Amino acid sequence: MTPIAAKEKNDFLPAVRLFAKTRGEGDPAWFAGLRQLAAARAEELELPTTRDEEWKYTNIAPILKTPFRQVFDLQLNGLREKDLTPYLIDETRGSRLVFVNGLYSPELSDASNVSAGVAIGNLGAIPETLSGQLHKHLGAYADYGKQAFTALNTAMLGDGAYVHIRAGQVIEQPIHLLFVSSAAEAATVSHPRVLLIAERGSMATVIESYFAAGENRYFTNAVTEVFAAEGASIEHYRLQEESDRAFHIGTTHVHQERESIYRSCAISIGAELSRHALNVALTDEFTETVIDGLYVVAGRQHVDNHTVLDHRKPHGTSRQLYKGILDDSARAVFNGAVFVREGALLTDSRQLNKNLLLSSESRVDTKPQLEIFADDVKCAHGATVGQLESDELFYLASRGIGAEQARALLTYGFAEDVISKIRLRSVRRQLDRMVLEKLHQNLEVN
Amino acid sequence: MLEIRNLHAGIEGREILRGLDLSVKAGEIHAIMGPNGSGKSTLAKVLAGHPDYEVTQGEILYRGSNLLELAPDERAREGVFLAFQYPIEIPGVSNANFLRMAYNEACKHRGEEELDPLEFDDLLREKMKIVEMDASFINRSVNEGFSGGEKKRNEILQMAVLDPHLAVLDETDSGLDIDAMRIVAGGVNKLATPEKAIILVTHYQRLLNYIEPDFVHVLYQGRIAKSGGKELAEELEQKGYDWIREAANGRGVTA
Ligand SMILES: Nc1ncnc2c1ncn2[C@@H]1O[C@H](COP(=O)(O)OP(=O)(O)OP(=O)(O)O)[C@@H](O)[C@H]1O
Ligand SMILES: [Mg+2]
Repeated sequence: MTPIAAKEKNDFLPAVRLFAKTRGEGDPAWFAGLRQLAAARAEELELPTTRDEEWKYTNIAPILKTPFRQVFDLQLNGLREKDLTPYLIDETRGSRLVFVNGLYSPELSDASNVSAGVAIGNLGAIPETLSGQLHKHLGAYADYGKQAFTALNTAMLGDGAYVHIRAGQVIEQPIHLLFVSSAAEAATVSHPRVLLIAERGSMATVIESYFAAGENRYFTNAVTEVFAAEGASIEHYRLQEESDRAFHIGTTHVHQERESIYRSCAISIGAELSRHALNVALTDEFTETVIDGLYVVAGRQHVDNHTVLDHRKPHGTSRQLYKGILDDSARAVFNGAVFVREGALLTDSRQLNKNLLLSSESRVDTKPQLEIFADDVKCAHGATVGQLESDELFYLASRGIGAEQARALLTYGFAEDVISKIRLRSVRRQLDRMVLEKLHQNLEVN
Repeated sequence: MLEIRNLHAGIEGREILRGLDLSVKAGEIHAIMGPNGSGKSTLAKVLAGHPDYEVTQGEILYRGSNLLELAPDERAREGVFLAFQYPIEIPGVSNANFLRMAYNEACKHRGEEELDPLEFDDLLREKMKIVEMDASFINRSVNEGFSGGEKKRNEILQMAVLDPHLAVLDETDSGLDIDAMRIVAGGVNKLATPEKAIILVTHYQRLLNYIEPDFVHVLYQGRIAKSGGKELAEELEQKGYDWIREAANGRGVTA
């Protein structure tokens, strides 16, 4: 490989090299091997710049300017269970894994009520019995060969979460994976990793939460891989509720096999600069995909959502609704690509991105993208950017609701379109609260 | 209750109401009829304070004070209610939340205790009986996906909950089937007490079979062209508006 000229300075590499040297012997050989392969790619790949089409509107310079410290040993920094309370989800009681600055915390985790049909645990300590299963899927979907941030994450493979649902099992109890950043003196970087495997005909709900105890600056570079085997059904929530000074780059890769169902809702509320890329590969016939999203940003926040729905075989159905609310001088980017590959006949895909601008200073760049190489398909896509409707405001006013309350109610209503579809009540309530807080709005709703 | 004098109002520099006078006393029901585009909805919106409409001349006194000085939400809290000709859909906001908020805003304004969700639920269920609305409507988004008739019934439900002093109903009877018409009329008649006043904008005599008006006015080209008792509505039903037009235009040449 010839070295690439004019390489951006990559301050994350020293930690990668150090990790390679100091990581103990305990990992399975394939796991350590994957890490090495990715480390080699991380050395070569350039971090993205705005010259890359995919990163045109999202400039990561602020991330590169900040010196980050990689944490290798678990330190709670005074973090206690009660600090997690606002982020906990009632329905997942006894079924949660907690990672602090990327490292597994047995003390804060609680797996006392995990169903028999599922195994959850730390990727940093994979049991023999699961090693084969996890080997098949880890790194198989998230491409560390091409994406610099994915390569970095994979090069730092150590602690992380795995969820393995056995064939035919219906897991009633939702599983919660919490990634919390806890203030140390210096800004920290973490590379959370999640592997979710739903074997044939299984069914489960998994929630990923990213947040911080405190208002510190840090960087989360997360990668999640999801495998839905034939007939499996997964409900997946991703709640990005980072501190307002954080940086967050998240990538989710989903691989769907025949007749599988994948439903997700990705929320972005926190972080000064955040991006979530969601790539779903519908690799066989009769798959069903529903991806919803909501981003709510204010101040000088920047949020980027990139999604890819890749229809590769006939009879796939996909539905996408991403909504955004922007206040102050916040910026949002939405790029939603739908590919219908040659032969993916009778694909049925609908995509919509709707944005509500609460301030004239806010701005959104939205680009729905449809590329069809097959016949006999039904595809619709669209994007809207608008303000609060004066007719709606007047209607509320005519019922005695004051201007400020009316704005709050309509904004809440706009978000509710997405939130109300979430099946877990505690998640809905948490989001209602966070959305209103973010927009400094007071509204008593139930 | 309401005193409108020489009202001139319009939108984007275009005058729609051109010297309208109307006096409504407590306990009275007034019907306003008139051809399409004569300014009926404009009058209703001006009364409710729609910001797009500009009042260029004249005055409106409501319960003794200047209505035009009040913002639309203040007017509502003071007891003015407009049932919209085309009710607005508010996605994501449940009927229950919306109505409770509206109700509590009025309570706050009057210095009364606000109702919590449970207390309000009782009140709402009571009022829903008036409009014979199914309980499932409570948790649906305001007007979203409602049929035309359901929207109109929802307006009457809102009126019943807010219990206004002055209710202006803009074609609430349009697009209703017989049952819905009876229900809407029932809601209006419940409100019609000696302390209240009601203005009904309608195109059809048939609503007036259910709600008996004390006065009927014909609005034409932004003015009240003719007023009378309920027999005027019957006359209009038979003869149409041509004779009003002729009479008004005969005058209009010199005006
Ligand atoms: N927002 C607006 N912009 C421009 N013109 C308007 C607007 N609102 C009303 N007008 C015009 O003002 C006139 C009166 O309209 P208005 O809606 O008051 O009539 P109306 O008597 O209620 O009619 P209808 O019986 O059809 O409901 C019409 O010519 C209408 O086109
Ligand atoms: Mg009208």
